[in-house]
Amino acid sequence: MSQGSMAQAASPSVAVDYNMDVVRWGALATVFWGVIGFVVGDVIAWQLAFPALNFDNEFLNFGRLRPLHTSAVIFAFGGNALLATSFYVVQRTCRASLYGGKALPAFVFWGYQLFIVMAAIGYVTGVTQGREYAEPEWFVDIWLTIVWVCYLAVFVGTLLKRTEPHIYVANWFYLAFIVTIAMLHLGNNLAIPVSLFGTKSYSMFSGVQDALTQWWYGHNAVGFFLTAGFLGMMYYFIPKRAERPVYSYRLSIIHFWALIFLYIWAGPHHLHYTALPDWAQTLGMTFSIMLWMPSWGGMINGLMTLSGAWDKLRTDPVLRFMVAAVGFYGMSTFEGPVMSIKAVNGLSHYTDWTIGHVHSGALGWVAFVSFGAIYFLIPVLWNRERLYSMRLVAHHFWLGTIGIVLYITSMWVSGIMQGLMWRAYDELGFLQYSFIETVEAMHPYYIIRATGGLLFVLGSLLMVWNVYKTIKGDLRNEAPIGTPATVAAE
Amino acid sequence: MLLKKHHIVEKNVFVLVLGIFLTIIIGGIVEIVPLFTMEQTIEKVEGVRPYSPLEQAGRNIYLREGCYNCHSQQIRPFRDEVERYGHYSLAAESMYDHPFQWGSKRTGPDLARVGGKYSNDWHVAHMIDPRAVVPESIMPGYPFLAERNLNFDDAQAHLETLKMVGVPYTDEMIASAKADLYLQASEDAAWDDDFLARYPNAATGDFDGNPQKLTEMDALVAYLQVLGRMVDFTTYNPQMNLR
Repeated sequence: MSQGSMAQAASPSVAVDYNMDVVRWGALATVFWGVIGFVVGDVIAWQLAFPALNFDNEFLNFGRLRPLHTSAVIFAFGGNALLATSFYVVQRTCRASLYGGKALPAFVFWGYQLFIVMAAIGYVTGVTQGREYAEPEWFVDIWLTIVWVCYLAVFVGTLLKRTEPHIYVANWFYLAFIVTIAMLHLGNNLAIPVSLFGTKSYSMFSGVQDALTQWWYGHNAVGFFLTAGFLGMMYYFIPKRAERPVYSYRLSIIHFWALIFLYIWAGPHHLHYTALPDWAQTLGMTFSIMLWMPSWGGMINGLMTLSGAWDKLRTDPVLRFMVAAVGFYGMSTFEGPVMSIKAVNGLSHYTDWTIGHVHSGALGWVAFVSFGAIYFLIPVLWNRERLYSMRLVAHHFWLGTIGIVLYITSMWVSGIMQGLMWRAYDELGFLQYSFIETVEAMHPYYIIRATGGLLFVLGSLLMVWNVYKTIKGDLRNEAPIGTPATVAAE
Repeated sequence: MLLKKHHIVEKNVFVLVLGIFLTIIIGGIVEIVPLFTMEQTIEKVEGVRPYSPLEQAGRNIYLREGCYNCHSQQIRPFRDEVERYGHYSLAAESMYDHPFQWGSKRTGPDLARVGGKYSNDWHVAHMIDPRAVVPESIMPGYPFLAERNLNFDDAQAHLETLKMVGVPYTDEMIASAKADLYLQASEDAAWDDDFLARYPNAATGDFDGNPQKLTEMDALVAYLQVLGRMVDFTTYNPQMNLR
């Protein structure tokens, strides 16, 4: 089954019977869930601009669709991208096939899809723990725990089987992601079900302890699911695509350990000025600011890997996706520490600024680096000469980029504006604006944001078409990108 | 130099896994564990009580509909927030909230002290069609809540579970849970001293304008009407709780 992909591998030594089935499924699942997650996201963006779109229907209202959106993009799209790429990268960099034969990796993949479906049904029908990004109820959580242990077993088992002496840096990040998510998932979902035959459970913690446990989880879902895992992706696919070695081995060691150590502490910055004790808030702020350094360590290592290969950005839109992703990563990991400063957070918290920040990371970093990896993988996995169309990739890139820029700039404006309106006083010392006036002022920005989201969705549909045609085996007859128009091609 | 020794970690999966685990566990231990052990974490305040069965049922509907996606329940100690919403939130006020619902976004206003601010009728009209009472509102409508019977007949099991996770429900509260559920939404509750002793400050009476049946709307409004009403801030002295 893997003869085709082996043909592409540079390694001259003995052929390894790689298990690429599960990687192929994962790549397709990434595209599938990605489009669903983006579409639901854009639907709820329009709902905020035009509330009639909620249709007074319990299954379609914002409160239920918003968790559907966040989980679809984080766990279904992001999760499958991580599953697919981690299984690909660990095999290639260890020169070993996946541990567990055919069955165990297949169980991990299909078990994970079942988790997604169970969670999604729960959201729409109102079965929820009411904790952001940890909404699935206790029975879904138990199922995910089983799947996750198997995932860890496959990954560690493959590392143990490796025929390379060293564990490649990408795998450190994937491993940190898998181990930490296991800890966070168990820690944040401690709950007692009302009945073994019912869906409802009550969290073991309450109030302030529950809040910090949740944000210890929530922030590190960002830190380890959406950052460490995707840095693993960056460390394999950027050097591979740019055909350059990783810029600095030492930097990768330092920023890896610093990143995973510091991230865990940053959770309390979601609870500034709340009833959480001040000492915890201050600790959270301090570590969030320190986190800027290892985050940029990763960005520098990714960007500098292109040394001597920058010209490829002109001709290779796939690499452009990956490099733009690292740029967005650098931007949002600078914005994050700024927003964690209490004085700034006093303004930004509870506003759209946070939403914009999340999306510069989620759309710019997570989605873009995943698109890059998918465009890299599809021809390799299906043994095609190249993608159906590079031009379509370039169009996807620009649609996505313009969409993100519309999204984050409109959210900066609306967030800062609403924060300032909430605290505005008139000359007599009264609050100047009622709450609803600040809601009304958001309307134009919500339309701009939803339009940006629409462009992002359109871009992802181009990807669907391109992936479909590539797998089908079609090649679009097109001029290579970056050929100067004035110079006649031979 | 430590960097030169890193090859040991890179060549041994178990050293790597152990190193990762030890590195990631520290932050959580230092930040979260003391919250459970330090007495100052939660102030000593009069008045905070467990939710009545009807309020808890309403709270579960609040979760089910994802209200926390747009409404916070946490007032920060800023001049504008205190003037807009009331006294800043105390840790004690959510000590029986499983899970907490502080929220992270204010697409709509904070609800930590919404109790008693609006009439029951206002809440019902607002839930059925938010734009009927607030024309600029972008909140979804929830007309179905008024039509649907409340399904909380296992109130006793819910209270027992909550007791297991630390909410101090008494045996009396648990035994009368189902009766209290219906009682609170009737006119009798206002004269029932036992009920009012169990759940002081509870709003009572028919909430949804339809005394014939107990709906999800009754429960949700009962919950909203108790938010922020348990602590009497005219007698609260923050100096007592300097921490």
